[in-house]
Amino acid sequence: MRELWDIFKKGIIAENPIFVLALSLCPALAVTSSAINSLTMGLAVMFVITANNTVVSITRKIVNPKVRVPVYITSVATIVTVVQLVLQAYLPVLYKALGIYLALIVVFAIILARAEVFASKNKVTPSFFDGLGMGCGFLLALLSIGVIRELLGTGAIFGIKVLGSWYNPALIMILPPGAFILIGYMVAGFKMLTEHMEKVKLERGEI
Amino acid sequence: MGHYLTLLASNIVVNNFVLTRFLGLCIFFGVSKSLNASIGMGMAVTSVMTLSSMLAWVIYHFVLTPFHLQFLTTAVFVLLIASFVQLLEMIIKKHASTLYNMWGIYLLLIATNCIVFGVPLINVENNYSFLESTVAAVGAGLGFALAIVLMASLREKLRLADVPKALQGLGIAFILAGMLSLAFLGFSGMISV
Repeated sequence: MRELWDIFKKGIIAENPIFVLALSLCPALAVTSSAINSLTMGLAVMFVITANNTVVSITRKIVNPKVRVPVYITSVATIVTVVQLVLQAYLPVLYKALGIYLALIVVFAIILARAEVFASKNKVTPSFFDGLGMGCGFLLALLSIGVIRELLGTGAIFGIKVLGSWYNPALIMILPPGAFILIGYMVAGFKMLTEHMEKVKLERGEI
Repeated sequence: MGHYLTLLASNIVVNNFVLTRFLGLCIFFGVSKSLNASIGMGMAVTSVMTLSSMLAWVIYHFVLTPFHLQFLTTAVFVLLIASFVQLLEMIIKKHASTLYNMWGIYLLLIATNCIVFGVPLINVENNYSFLESTVAAVGAGLGFALAIVLMASLREKLRLADVPKALQGLGIAFILAGMLSLAFLGFSGMISV
């Protein structure tokens, strides 16, 4: 149980897909102009990465290593198509808002990376939790970026006004440059945080 | 003629795929550390994207549409483009070794990449004709090349700058890209397609 928790946990902070590994940045910038878009995208990616890790892990002994990458791509593409069709049927507004970036989940480096690095070498349960952890880390990163951008750019979170009329929205935050600059500072902040945590651990003599 | 020029210019500067639509960021940040590599990458992306966009258009209009298989677009395109790039790499390696030495190594990097996959998809969504979709892909590729070359030049200058420790590396690169994007934002509204 403890091992599974550790596998799950490392995706959230130590190996956060966006801030630490810097993989799959396109969606982190493109869909985070509002919190609700970030949440949907994060959930979609979390589902795809977990499902794909499971599929890859189940089939890891049948698939010839020479053709493994095409097999991964086919598996991801199938799962993404399912997500696309479901969203199109039940949440058409969000489907429109996410647009092309939903289809682009297929080529997210993080999904193929987890399949190659983890799921192809491990049993089904750890692979499932690895996918879940990575997906969670991705979701949280996306959501925090989305919330900050929406708050600063419109003064609202999830469309609900939070800051009063005194606040003059900084439109730049919901435009492309705002995304780049904010993520730059967030990456730096994350680096400082992890360095600080390591220093604390070192002082306690845990490493 | 004017229509195609507008489309081309719009994809290069106004709707720059890297700086306003965030496609191809992984290679944009990964390769822009050196100017030479950026030029090679820009050329590789432009040519691959143009060819794969043409191929994708043909497959979409002559295979997927007649059989009503549009819902398979995502899966078909990604397999098509990934295998096409591999094939291209083999052909270039065998028949044009000078070209291969110039940018062959980048081909495998872009086999499954947002921008190479995204542009054909956007072209299909916009219902472009064959010629329009080719022009749009050339424009997108040139736009990418422009952005990555500008970024690489800026990052080479950055080596001499005194950057705070936490911001070094990826952090400052993002902020730089933000500034670049801000500059490109100035073009918005100049051309509407």
